[in-house]
Amino acid sequence: MQYLVSVIDDTAGSATPDEMAAINAFNDDRLKAEGHWVFAGGLGSPSTATVIDSRGGEAVFTDGPFLESKEYLAGFWIIEAADLDVALKLAAEGSKACNRKIEVRPFL
Amino acid sequence: MSLVDVREAVTQAHHEEWARVVASLTRRFGDLDIAEEAAAEAFATAVERWPADGVPPSPGAWLTTTANRKAIDRIRRENKRGDKQKEAQLLYDDDPREPPGAVDDERLRLIFTCCHPALAMETRVALTLRMVAGLTVPEIARAFLVQETAMGRRITRAKAKIKTARIPYRVPSAEDLPARVSGVLAVLFLVFNEGYLATGPDTDPVRHDLTAEAIRLTRLIRALMPEDGEVAGLLALMLLTEARRTARVSASGELVTLVEQNRGTWDAALIAEGHRLVRERLAAGVAPGRYQILAAISAVHTSARDVRDTDWSQVVALYDQLVHIDPSPIIALNRAIAVAELDGPEVALAAVDRLEHTLAGYHAYHATRADLLRRLGYSKKSRAAYGKAIELAGNTAEVAYLTRRRDQLG
Repeated sequence: MQYLVSVIDDTAGSATPDEMAAINAFNDDRLKAEGHWVFAGGLGSPSTATVIDSRGGEAVFTDGPFLESKEYLAGFWIIEAADLDVALKLAAEGSKACNRKIEVRPFL
Repeated sequence: MSLVDVREAVTQAHHEEWARVVASLTRRFGDLDIAEEAAAEAFATAVERWPADGVPPSPGAWLTTTANRKAIDRIRRENKRGDKQKEAQLLYDDDPREPPGAVDDERLRLIFTCCHPALAMETRVALTLRMVAGLTVPEIARAFLVQETAMGRRITRAKAKIKTARIPYRVPSAEDLPARVSGVLAVLFLVFNEGYLATGPDTDPVRHDLTAEAIRLTRLIRALMPEDGEVAGLLALMLLTEARRTARVSASGELVTLVEQNRGTWDAALIAEGHRLVRERLAAGVAPGRYQILAAISAVHTSARDVRDTDWSQVVALYDQLVHIDPSPIIALNRAIAVAELDGPEVALAAVDRLEHTLAGYHAYHATRADLLRRLGYSKKSRAAYGKAIELAGNTAEVAYLTRRRDQLG
């Protein structure tokens, strides 16, 4: 079972060196060592996003994110976990490591 | 056997066997939805068949067998329609199959799944009342003044989340157990409190159906986890509160405070049982949690035949202990009410006034202030405080009481 673990941010600015170190330790010692690791990555700020809509035939490009909001997706993990209890426990530790709010959603 | 006897047998079986049937089917088929529907169908079949065939010697076994058959029928029907996904999406459960006889554990699994912290509180309450207590969706909707369709959707969404997000069907590990048990108890306490002092103006002030259901479920958890102190504490607290239910609303529909209640009408059997549980926890010699302390406070009150015999120093000492583990302003408010009896209303009022910034929107804060101001002879201030309390209170019996009190002021 895989879960998308989204990092929610509301402050401009990426992770501090301390947060980065905590994230790396969490990735190595917990996710990779225990077989939960699938993929993870940090994202550029929403202002670097481009929305593309080809439904009308021709691609239309729009500068900026699809949704303007105070909170945005700053990065994510994809983890392997037996069930939601395991995923929530990992997410709780991940939230502490990156010092951000986190959302957990199952892949279908 | 008369029709009335059969009806009683069905009701009794529903009370005793519903959770067991749902739990064992959920375990076998890995799907709450199938389990709930098949259990409901089995009980409907019992209502149809028992009057003619007689009540089976073991109603529980009959219901489980019938429900199993209904579930298998449904799965076959759906498989014929090519819905093979059903089997792939079975609820996750990594424990090896347990020997028969471990049924009680299955009910615990069911309770922990319904009260999972990833579900919203109102959803946990609704799901527990449906899956564990066996209330129907219309009954639950009525209990919480929600449209039937909205309540149905809430329960359906919860079942879908449990399945899709893979909320496990198991008793939590020892490490997680205390937090998860306290989550379950919070659900039961909420059901009880809604029954004991209904918040809305459109229901009866005291809802015996809800208090009875909460007590029944807490008794079940107590039977399943007899060693847990907080479970015993919550059951004792509910029993000692329920014992005073009939004394709590007057013939004219007005709330009667603890001080003014006719103690002769308290339920002696419930009080005796509550006291036994409190003594059992005292003898255990383990530091008590909040429900055990609240139960102990209730035990002090119910031990006094006359309100003047109340051991207020004991009550205040227990509140001191409670404030230590739960420093919430509501606990501080209740402590102040006891302090008024021990050290006088002036000391209590000073303590209550310190809570204004957190409790200004809470009717009981204003009601407490109003009473203390009245006792100190500040009629004008008291009247204003009663006015504020009336404005904020939702319970009809409480509004009636507060209004009379205000109007009695000189």
